[in-house]
Amino acid sequence: MEVERESLRARQLRARDLLRGDLEGRDLEEYVEERLLTTTLENVLNWGRANALFPMTFGLACCAIEMMSMVTSRYDIARFGAEAFRASPRQADMMILSGRVSIKMAPVVRRVYDQMLEPKWVIAMGACSSSGGMFSNYAVVQGADKFMPVDIHVPGCPPRPEALLHGFNKLQRLVRGQPDLGWRQRYNAVGTEEWARFDTGEPTPEAIERAALAVRRGSSADARARDSATREKSEEEPV
Amino acid sequence: MPDAPGLELIAQGIEEGRPGTVVETAFEHGLATLIVHPDGVLHALRWLRDTDDQGYRFLSSLHAADYLPATPRFAVHYELLCRERVERLHVKALLEDPAAGDGSNGETAVEKLPELDSCVALYPTAEFQEREAYDFFGIVFRGHPDLRRILMPEDYVGWPQRRDFPIGGEPVLFTHNEIEAPRWFE
Repeated sequence: MEVERESLRARQLRARDLLRGDLEGRDLEEYVEERLLTTTLENVLNWGRANALFPMTFGLACCAIEMMSMVTSRYDIARFGAEAFRASPRQADMMILSGRVSIKMAPVVRRVYDQMLEPKWVIAMGACSSSGGMFSNYAVVQGADKFMPVDIHVPGCPPRPEALLHGFNKLQRLVRGQPDLGWRQRYNAVGTEEWARFDTGEPTPEAIERAALAVRRGSSADARARDSATREKSEEEPV
Repeated sequence: MPDAPGLELIAQGIEEGRPGTVVETAFEHGLATLIVHPDGVLHALRWLRDTDDQGYRFLSSLHAADYLPATPRFAVHYELLCRERVERLHVKALLEDPAAGDGSNGETAVEKLPELDSCVALYPTAEFQEREAYDFFGIVFRGHPDLRRILMPEDYVGWPQRRDFPIGGEPVLFTHNEIEAPRWFE
């Protein structure tokens, strides 16, 4: 405790010296080096964007109730910096499609999306806006990505606010340039793809072999996983 | 709800003014029902509204229905309410499908739609409900002031609540039926 207090005092004095202009030469170099973080502009920009996403005030159906409760103090999206719902698409940079999109509403949604300024992201919340959900009929668009790009699909009917927050965190990682690719390697889940078990209900021998291969390669290193995520596509497409 | 003799008296009263209007009287789903000829709908409604001891001055609902295998195919239902006696009466007009049997399968230049007289002059509330019936079933109401689609987009093609209208949407692939569509991902 005493030592900490002394070192704090020392640092305070050095800061005072710097402000007075008394630090020179080697001392000045050291002082500056201690307080510098080097990064790229892009990283800082994306970090800022990811932690200050302004959602669009926009509800389509019952999912909007969950979206609203996500803003309240119980779930509190303000923890992640997205509590400022903007009423104008010009000020918003994220859109949450909360509910089913009817064919009459789709042009409106598209227009609002087009009015948002770049960069912009979209979360399709719930089964309806992701795939049409239970509304397999003449009035509802079967998935919002038929007419606009969607970054994150949050499953559920409706998703709980926690689920939407989780989807929002995924979007933040996407914005920071770290999409969660390669999770099958990290979670040792290679071979659980849909196509690996579509006819027998069991993983095919090839898929098991691929899984074993992936484990041998070492699935712990995060950087490696991200690298292999790009390779995953080309390697694991069915032939 | 009028009882059986009361319903017969109503039918008789309507028949006096315009013979051949009431086709049948029935009690359907616990409702006293007058099945009227489509040409006499206005006469029947006006009689029910303006006759002193009837007084069905409130149209609580107007809706259409499609009974596809049956002929006549369409029906327009009028739910009338007498607010003094709190009595309900159901009036039903059966409509033939003019496109049936000509073999055109909807490919003619002008679509043949069933037609009926509009009752907006008698019951102003019918305006939106007749638009809805037109929107979903393609029933044309003659004399309606503004017959447009009301819920579907105005450029929509087809009558979505008809029974021969395809359900739409997309087939959903679940785990239990993915064997039926092998290699769907390609």
